[in-house]
Amino acid sequence: MSAKAEIEIIERYCKGCSICVEFCPTKVLEMDAFVVKVANADACIACNQCELRCPDFAIKVHKL
Amino acid sequence: MAYDYEKHIRAGKLPHIWCPGCGHGIAMKGLIRALDTCGLEKNNTAIVSGIGCASRLPGYMDYNTLHTAHGRAAAFATGVKMSKPEMNVIVVGGDGDGTAIGGNHFIHACRRNIDMTYVILNNYIYGMTGGQFSPCTPTGHKASTTVYGNPDPIFDISKLAIGAGATFVARTTAFHATQIDKLIAEGIKHKGMAIIEVLDDCPTTYGRRNKFRSVVDMMKRLKEIAVPVAAASKMTAEQLEGKVLTGVLYKEDKPEYTEQYAQVIERAKGA
Repeated sequence: MSAKAEIEIIERYCKGCSICVEFCPTKVLEMDAFVVKVANADACIACNQCELRCPDFAIKVHKL
Repeated sequence: MAYDYEKHIRAGKLPHIWCPGCGHGIAMKGLIRALDTCGLEKNNTAIVSGIGCASRLPGYMDYNTLHTAHGRAAAFATGVKMSKPEMNVIVVGGDGDGTAIGGNHFIHACRRNIDMTYVILNNYIYGMTGGQFSPCTPTGHKASTTVYGNPDPIFDISKLAIGAGATFVARTTAFHATQIDKLIAEGIKHKGMAIIEVLDDCPTTYGRRNKFRSVVDMMKRLKEIAVPVAAASKMTAEQLEGKVLTGVLYKEDKPEYTEQYAQVIERAKGA
């Protein structure tokens, strides 16, 4: 399966709340030392849930 | 391209001051999308707030903003709207600011049905000042000033607003991110007082005192307690125990205050 979007993480803004990791339906994201990282880019279905629920403006979902 | 929030935010203001996982950021994103959907121009829009965590929101927004005295956001916003009725006025504040310290201003702004949109971020607590209980802290829950459990019954902000005379009342939660902008946009388009209550999470001063192990637990709770109005009509009182209704709770058309006041001015001129 190929990625439907490219996820940009602005690490400087991320406070490590992990809301995005929990509510990603295809488990694309994971936490790495209190900052989110893209662990499984190919699984992204471009649902935008992580961007919508990121309280810190740290995630941008660029649809491909 | 991803949605460009930063064109609505003052340069260099991010990252914001809110704690990790605080839903105020999610609500702010919703407000930005709503302003965008309604096509409000920056120069013709004023965002007004009082004091508190939620009231820091306008400081980030690249609009006309007014950060005022504790609880007095609705009063200042009324002043802005009366002097410039053509201006779009948005008020943002928390539950403590809006319903305790500013309770009087809140109900009278509702009663007048003045054309503004009040987004009230209800996180069940006074966050900024140290976690004191607010009128929205659930009965039995703990705050820094109710360490043995809060004995008070709560204010239902939406019911309060309906009772006081607001003509558009809606409720959603920080979990239901897409509903936030839809309801705020509907509130902005409504002619009259629109109250949008956003149930929110405060992990730092409320969550950790009330056995929420993480931000994610608080978000899951918001997801669980929310019942859309349409679904609630098919549920029994037992099933609705502990739930809150979300969506548009009340809407009616009534004369708007600045228009009524313009007529008073005309009558005075003719006298």
